Amino acid sequence: MSVIECNDVSIRYITGDFKSIGLKEYVMRKLTHNFKVQEFWADRHVTFSIERGDMLGIIGSNGAGKSTLLKAITGIMIPTGGTIKTHGKIAALLELASGFDAHMTVRENTYLRGAMLGYTKEFLDERYDEIIAFAELEEFQDYMFKQLSSGMKSRLAFSVACLVDPDILILDEVLSVGDGAFRKKSGDKMMQILSGGTTGVLVSHSIGQVRELCNKILWLDHGNQIAFSDDVQLYCDAYEEFLATKKLPKTSDDVYALAENFSKRTERERAQRRKKEAQRLEKILEKGTSDSAVLAAIKILQKSRPEALAPEYNGRNTEE
Amino acid sequence: MASKTIKRLTTNLKQYSFLFGQLVNRDFQQRYKRTALGMAWSVLSPLMHLAVMMLVFSRLFGRNVNHYVIYLFSGNIIMSYFRESTKNGMTSLMSNSAVISKINVPKYLFLLSQNVSALINFGLTILIYFFFCFIDKIHFTPAMLMLWYPIVWFVIMNIGIGMVLSALYVFFRDIQYLYDIFLQLLTYLSAIFYTIDKFPAEMQRFFLLNPVYVNIKYWRLVVIDGIVPSLSYHLLLAGYALLFLALGAYFYKKYNHRFVYYF
Repeated sequence: MSVIECNDVSIRYITGDFKSIGLKEYVMRKLTHNFKVQEFWADRHVTFSIERGDMLGIIGSNGAGKSTLLKAITGIMIPTGGTIKTHGKIAALLELASGFDAHMTVRENTYLRGAMLGYTKEFLDERYDEIIAFAELEEFQDYMFKQLSSGMKSRLAFSVACLVDPDILILDEVLSVGDGAFRKKSGDKMMQILSGGTTGVLVSHSIGQVRELCNKILWLDHGNQIAFSDDVQLYCDAYEEFLATKKLPKTSDDVYALAENFSKRTERERAQRRKKEAQRLEKILEKGTSDSAVLAAIKILQKSRPEALAPEYNGRNTEE
Repeated sequence: MASKTIKRLTTNLKQYSFLFGQLVNRDFQQRYKRTALGMAWSVLSPLMHLAVMMLVFSRLFGRNVNHYVIYLFSGNIIMSYFRESTKNGMTSLMSNSAVISKINVPKYLFLLSQNVSALINFGLTILIYFFFCFIDKIHFTPAMLMLWYPIVWFVIMNIGIGMVLSALYVFFRDIQYLYDIFLQLLTYLSAIFYTIDKFPAEMQRFFLLNPVYVNIKYWRLVVIDGIVPSLSYHLLLAGYALLFLALGAYFYKKYNHRFVYYF
């Protein structure tokens, strides 16, 4: 039984209607016969379904319709066309900073945000200290939220959110906040949650993250579904090639071609880098006058051009 | 279908009761943050209004009215509760737009929490009101026990009006200006500081079209005159409340899914 099922989902935004432009603009545009209500389809005919324990990675360039789709899955938006069926409790982290009140204290904000995520009072009372400890905000508990730095705010937000234990977890680019140490901590914590049998949906611009964490992949571009598959590595390769060359695949042969180009290109780049590194080391060696440089040079000669060395250096142990 | 909706609402309310409490707490804090007197304003504000009105109107209109202070005060507290709960309800959706567009919580919770805050304030002013009744030597009769009736229906009506206004406010911000003017008009048409016995009988009936007036009249009948009003008052109060509740529910049901596009 699928945990999330999207069937032919299309989501439309409307701009330019009377409500958004106001009376004066409306009259002007009607008089100049310019009044047109524009439709913007953020997502078109998206169809996929994932099972329990799957981790879906949604990739696509900016404006692809990823966040809109997540909002629809969470229930914040209702799709204009098609249906979305979900089974189980959903916890969505679409934006870490939302829901906090700038003038309340850290403690009060923790309870407020926790309540919005669906925690009960008893649960929060129990885990409050744990939340504050994970966010490293023990001394700041009674400070007003607006007095914290932005890094602290993100840490608190993430800390409250990661105690969530839903059936479906939806993450919209939230794994890239904070400094390096915190990013590692939050990444590990998320992995822990996800490996506990939770079904996950991850939107990320970090393809490395998608490769590492996801077992199914959905590729969107300007609202259209390019691919949905469980061959994550292939499609990630194709996507990275697309990012470099801007060529959108139209058939599965295109996808294989893109992926192959990608691996060829990365192999070429890697070879180039290796060559450059070797050249750099050689230059250093050439300039070297210290003993270690001389010894290293002798070693190289012993290996590749033993005839260039004087007989007393041959076979001699140069590790002195 | 109505029973299914009610069942869903009650399970939702149980599930979200903790969040609801947190929201009420937050609304209260936001109301009085950075004020020196804080919650004392809930008490001071109606008192100061009363003092001003007494000063201005008691000579003009208060000569022939029994217990004019209480007459005035009844109108005042009911009108200011109406104003506060509907105005705050109107902006409740938009001011929480950041939360609603990112976290899946039922939208009417924000409207309800504003109404609860306004109701708590109303409760405080009622205490002051009865204190004044005591000072003014009003007879406390058993009829006063009936006051729960208008309060309950008034709360329901305010929620319904809040639903309509908050939905309209999302689409048309103009409504806040319109509503301000409407409230001004309503304040003058609710016989707060004057009596209607000078009006011809047919005109007096027009006042009954104003639900706030009906509430105020009920309170005055019970508190000042010590009688339980007639059945028609009871029916009118319930009728207005159910009418606005139905209208509000209809608006929410129809436009619920479009709010998010206009935030």
